[in-house]
Amino acid sequence: MDRLILTNRIEDETAMSRRTFLQGTGLLLGFALTGARTEPVFAAPASQVVENEVTGTFAPNGFIRINPTGAVTLVIPMIEMGQGVYTSLSMLLAEELEVKLDQIQVQHAPPNHALYVNSIIGIQNTGGSASVRAFWTPLRQAGAVGRNLLIAAAAKRWNVDPATCRASDGVVFDASGSKHLSYGELATAAAKLPVPSAANVRLKDPKDFTLIGTRAKRVDSSIKVDGRALYGIDTRLPGMKIATVAISPVLGGKAKTVNENAALAVKGVRQVVNIDEAVAVIADHMGAAKKGLEAAAITWDDGPNGKVNNADIVKQLEEESKTPGVVARNEGDAGKALAEAAQRVDAIYQVPFLAHAAMEPMNCTVHLQKDRCDIWVGTQAPTITQSRVVELTGLPKDAIKIHNHLIGGGFGRRLEADGTVLAVKIAKHVDAPVKVIWSREEDIQHDMYRPYYLNRLSAGLDAAGKPVAWTHRIAGSSVMARYYPPYVKDGLDPDAVEAAAEPPYALPNIHVDFVRVEAPGVRTSWWRGVGPTHNVFVVESFMDELAHAAKQDPLAYRKGLLGHNPRALAVLSLAAEKAGWGSPLPARHGRGISVQFAYGSYTSQVAEVEVAADGSVKVKRIVCAIDCGMYVNPDTIEAQVQGGTLFGLTAALHGSITFKDGRVEQSNFDSYLPMRIDQVPVVETHLIKNAEAPGGVGEAPTAIVSAAVTNAIFAATGKRVRSLPIDTNSLKSSP
Amino acid sequence: MAFTLNINGTPREVDVDGDIPLLWVLRDVLGMTGTKFGCGQALCGACTVHIDGQPVRSCQTSVDSIGDGAVTTIEAIGRTPQGAALRMAWLDLEVVQCGYCQSGQIMSAAALLKDTPKPSDADIDSAMSGNVCRCGTYQRIRAAIKRAAGV
Repeated sequence: MDRLILTNRIEDETAMSRRTFLQGTGLLLGFALTGARTEPVFAAPASQVVENEVTGTFAPNGFIRINPTGAVTLVIPMIEMGQGVYTSLSMLLAEELEVKLDQIQVQHAPPNHALYVNSIIGIQNTGGSASVRAFWTPLRQAGAVGRNLLIAAAAKRWNVDPATCRASDGVVFDASGSKHLSYGELATAAAKLPVPSAANVRLKDPKDFTLIGTRAKRVDSSIKVDGRALYGIDTRLPGMKIATVAISPVLGGKAKTVNENAALAVKGVRQVVNIDEAVAVIADHMGAAKKGLEAAAITWDDGPNGKVNNADIVKQLEEESKTPGVVARNEGDAGKALAEAAQRVDAIYQVPFLAHAAMEPMNCTVHLQKDRCDIWVGTQAPTITQSRVVELTGLPKDAIKIHNHLIGGGFGRRLEADGTVLAVKIAKHVDAPVKVIWSREEDIQHDMYRPYYLNRLSAGLDAAGKPVAWTHRIAGSSVMARYYPPYVKDGLDPDAVEAAAEPPYALPNIHVDFVRVEAPGVRTSWWRGVGPTHNVFVVESFMDELAHAAKQDPLAYRKGLLGHNPRALAVLSLAAEKAGWGSPLPARHGRGISVQFAYGSYTSQVAEVEVAADGSVKVKRIVCAIDCGMYVNPDTIEAQVQGGTLFGLTAALHGSITFKDGRVEQSNFDSYLPMRIDQVPVVETHLIKNAEAPGGVGEAPTAIVSAAVTNAIFAATGKRVRSLPIDTNSLKSSP
Repeated sequence: MAFTLNINGTPREVDVDGDIPLLWVLRDVLGMTGTKFGCGQALCGACTVHIDGQPVRSCQTSVDSIGDGAVTTIEAIGRTPQGAALRMAWLDLEVVQCGYCQSGQIMSAAALLKDTPKPSDADIDSAMSGNVCRCGTYQRIRAAIKRAAGV
């Protein structure tokens, strides 16, 4: 049975590969997330791959495909990695197309910058909490264009004025309601009509939304509760081999000795591939590959980075942050104001390297042939991935087929193409499709890490305690300079200073600069929350220090600086009210508050903690208020607030990647600790409803939570946490 | 070496070394990809299956240790009353995010409800703390277990 289904799947894919779709969209491949055939429970879940019929397909733009059977497909530009984007983007389309949400199936968009670029990011990338913001208008326009054409096709057939017709749930009705034609029946005729400009179609007034703003059910849930959902790691192909890798434990090192014979002696091992930077064992199954890799007993030549140590990295940051950097913001005269201030506060804040540690370990399946290269992977960056494979293979772009997949946790890790690059290098030596799977240890030890940042801050307070001067220097890696150099202007990385250059407060004299410091032997990258994840911790902790120095309540102090910023003030006040700010707490309990503007949204959190005598921290409750403007699905927002908060909280409590002798010291979930169900606080979400432009949500709670918690620890113990993760030893009660 | 495994009520023959973990036999040899690889060290619970109704980490269960034990995976857990109730509760409360860990979460929860039909919070903590979710769906997992159990 498995074989039969697998064969069907391959035939589907092969058939598709011979076809091209309309308007240069190229190969489309994806999962029907609804309406998938029901398979016997024994069967491998291989029936989700669907294709549209090309003949008669109504494809007025890059997003919509409707075929004569009535199947409505959203060619979805962004990838699902848990954030609910398949649901939210489908809702945007369905609202204007006038179909029910469960009538839509989703296909992953191929790499195509022109059709599927994320306008907020400028690349066809899923990230930056930007999907709803970027596609809020384009997908509604696409839906409206489609609906208008389908109505026009019906009106033409009935010989009536289109303005007298209406569409509902995928059916066009005439004025009387007695005549009706389904979208499937109209698809062929509608495909022949001239397509109006998207900019000219009239969109619904938000007050008339019937789907947007509702708690619609996720479209990807049902396949995720019975094992049917297919992630990249679940790829199966005829003749496919499975490989696992050992990558040089030190960046830039290479394999010195490999016992190939021992590896090949393991039953099921077929081949050993040594590409210097890594060694792969190719086998019939992962069990044999792992066993073979162990038998290979690889020794390494460490190369130039064999002496890299964390202490040296921090020392380098300390030294280089003493000299001025590239100015990100300079208003008033912070130096003069600081010198003249009644009181001065100085602090150094540090945040560590962090791994992503998504549940689905890194993997990529490659079938490299003479004239084409097929890649099966879950990627947040399909166009970048395709370009890297072009460089590696010398094949033309159109010959590189990216079969995107659901991602088992992205958090920024899958914005990088390194996993695909490594798999292609290995596949060059393998005469079959090969799935390369990293062990958890390889995944953690060869991640591309959230950079270590060191921050120097100074503030001056006037006699009343108001901050009259604020200076903030951020020192650390520039991910942007490597990833997307055009966005770095005059040496300034806008991501590295995001939410630090523009705190929400009234600060008349402010100076913020950035010193780029790249540690040797460390690869850095995006991590959930990007720039604000480190900067909000620093800014909101330091603001708390100022409130304390001014002998004022941290909430009242912030309110006093937010008079000009009503949306920030509103979330701050709401979070405080819902958390019962100011009500009494037992000894060594405390509340902390933080507020941010990032990703186009305003967020505030209050954390309530208990610090035990041994210094251990129990986070009991998190109250989050969020104003993300007009929103698509409040249930998804609540889920993202819960999950995003825990992602940031996990890092604040436990997250740290350290280097010794060029090697990462952590390796699995026993040394890079995740939070578990018995440790997590209740997270409450309070959503503000208004008509502002949509803002991003997925990363907002991740960025804001650390400061709320460490400010709460200060309230509970009087001890200020200036570096993460929280050092519980420093929080022990005095004897 | 050939083994006959009883998987979801059906005998399946596989020819692998006896020390190969069940996880890879399920995923790579039998093509049953619902059971997930997360850590390989029994630290995350993504690979949880049942053997004779007891939850085990299939990444640390060698194929020669199973004998005629009845293996149940996520693909078939919906046939049990606990599995069916949990799936329904998972959907009602929109538990999933990326979904990758949820096979293991549901398998652990099904084993919990089989032995403890009305679990307390402490029971849930104890049965579920071996299952990691990096998306942070724990709050809804707890609520869904309670809903499925009717507590």
